[in-house]
Amino acid sequence: MSAALEKRELTLGFIPLTDCAPLVIALEKGWFAKYGLEVRLSRQVSWANIRDKVAVGVLDGAHMLAAMPIATTLGLGEIKQPMVAALSLDLNGNAITVSPDLYQRMAEADPEAAQAQPMTARALARVVAQERGAGRPPMNFAMVFPFSTHHYLLRYWLAAGGIDPDRDTRLLVVPPSYMVECLNMGEIDGYCVGEPWNEQAVAVGVGRTLITDYDIWNNHPEKVFGVTRDWAERHPHTHRAVLMALLEAARWIDQPEHRLEVAEILAREDYVNAPAEVVKMSMTGSFQYQAGAAPRACPDFNVFHRYAANFPWRSHAMWFVTQMYRWGQLEEPRNIREVAEQVYRPDLYREAAHALGLASPAVDYKTEGGHAGPWTLDGPAPIALGADRYADGRCFDPADPVGYLRQFDIHRLRVSLDQLAGLNP
Amino acid sequence: MNAERLKIMLVDQDAGRSAILRQALSDAGHTVVARIEPGRSLLGEVQSCQPDIVIVDMEAPGRDTLEQMREIGRDQPKPIILFSNKRDGEYIRQAVQAGVSAYVVDGLSRERIMPIVEVAIARFREFEALRQELHETKSQLADRKVIDKAKGVLMQRRGLSEDAAYQLLRKAAMDRNLKVAEVARTLLALEGL
Repeated sequence: MSAALEKRELTLGFIPLTDCAPLVIALEKGWFAKYGLEVRLSRQVSWANIRDKVAVGVLDGAHMLAAMPIATTLGLGEIKQPMVAALSLDLNGNAITVSPDLYQRMAEADPEAAQAQPMTARALARVVAQERGAGRPPMNFAMVFPFSTHHYLLRYWLAAGGIDPDRDTRLLVVPPSYMVECLNMGEIDGYCVGEPWNEQAVAVGVGRTLITDYDIWNNHPEKVFGVTRDWAERHPHTHRAVLMALLEAARWIDQPEHRLEVAEILAREDYVNAPAEVVKMSMTGSFQYQAGAAPRACPDFNVFHRYAANFPWRSHAMWFVTQMYRWGQLEEPRNIREVAEQVYRPDLYREAAHALGLASPAVDYKTEGGHAGPWTLDGPAPIALGADRYADGRCFDPADPVGYLRQFDIHRLRVSLDQLAGLNP
Repeated sequence: MNAERLKIMLVDQDAGRSAILRQALSDAGHTVVARIEPGRSLLGEVQSCQPDIVIVDMEAPGRDTLEQMREIGRDQPKPIILFSNKRDGEYIRQAVQAGVSAYVVDGLSRERIMPIVEVAIARFREFEALRQELHETKSQLADRKVIDKAKGVLMQRRGLSEDAAYQLLRKAAMDRNLKVAEVARTLLALEGL
């Protein structure tokens, strides 16, 4: 097997977050070695570094935000480079947290909405209206990168509650590890971030979590393994070996009996460099929303393999592109399906899964939002999938992305939807 | 942007290196706003200081914050110079192709900084000029469409020839010291078109 590899020694980048686990476990448990690879993991300080270093070949591939390879392919942000994502690393894993002071005002403005589970942005919308009435400047909310699920799902949730994210709030990019301190200093009023930065704010009493990302879009894609298209074309066997190692690692991580060991490995200085106790919180299926309250069950908060979690659904990629249009990041009219086909590569995933004897979905697209609970995708080998509901109850049909965009009153569209519809028949 | 005297924001965690850069930039006559601790509200800082150019350590965690400048700064984009003193920087050199950013390897020395700043600004201006040209071409095309439509209305309503309709629009514009396209837009707005 290894004789066929175009390249054996690889440097792969990661950001210290719990969802870098498949890369870390593939290394620590010997799956990279099993497929003939000598991998060095390189910790990076920012998402922009991950993107740029993969783009120019300093890194062979990396842990990336699920929307990042799409944005880079489209040339949004500083660099334009065709990218490929052939494997999703995990589902879910983020939450929205606000200061206790803001939560208190929400509870006073709309006690019922502030108690509801999952919480809508209705109570927050009341506070926003009060602030505007008093002539105060918009509140500051933070997320981790312009092309991240955090950004899109925070906007989705705000807008679904009647808040215009561009008029009623100011959205800032803040590095994950600075979030808790910024909230505590009052520089921001709330944020959307991955773990352990929500539970950390709750634990030290400076934050109150409102809702997890899981409740905004059940089982949304979160991170992917990304490489440049050029790299993928020049190293097909190496790429497949990496995908196989990551798939085996992800399957192992998802077994409950291995989770504590995973958390201990991740907590090490070389990886996430956080106390094992903090890393464990998000990895063991429960979530604490406020200080002193009992943790609530959230078994799907971190999903690494079940529900076909590693499959790169092109419908997921298409949804990200609709959000890039909705919020004015993408101004050039494109065929959205074509973009998804270029970047998300289920064909490559299937080769790797097939080599491991794992069944893969036979289709590349599914509607998003129609399943409130677990369901089965029929095919030669039925696949068990998870819920895929959106908090506002809408459905995303990949056959009609423009129809989906037409439904939203709050947006920053910079393209004409009629023109976009012409390119997306 | 004044090339003679630039307002430069420096984002670097290394206090020693940042002091050297600051001195070199000041000696060249520029004003430096140094931020030794990147991260937090870098964006707010950028908005309040309105620097002409940002020089940032590639390994600074606050770098992601600057990514937002491209979105927020659509109307007032600024050049960003990234530098890195990591060994793998040799490859990063190739990334100079990337739009308005210049990537610099092996750290910044006093001698190297000014040529780099100048090149980055030149590239940025070139890019901005192209952007401006594209914008003007687009608006000229839009203007022509509006004028044609207004001429059509006048020709139909008043039975004028195409030339007479244009002369009417032109005279109205000259009388009011406006552009022909603006008069055409007003006319169409009044007609409810």
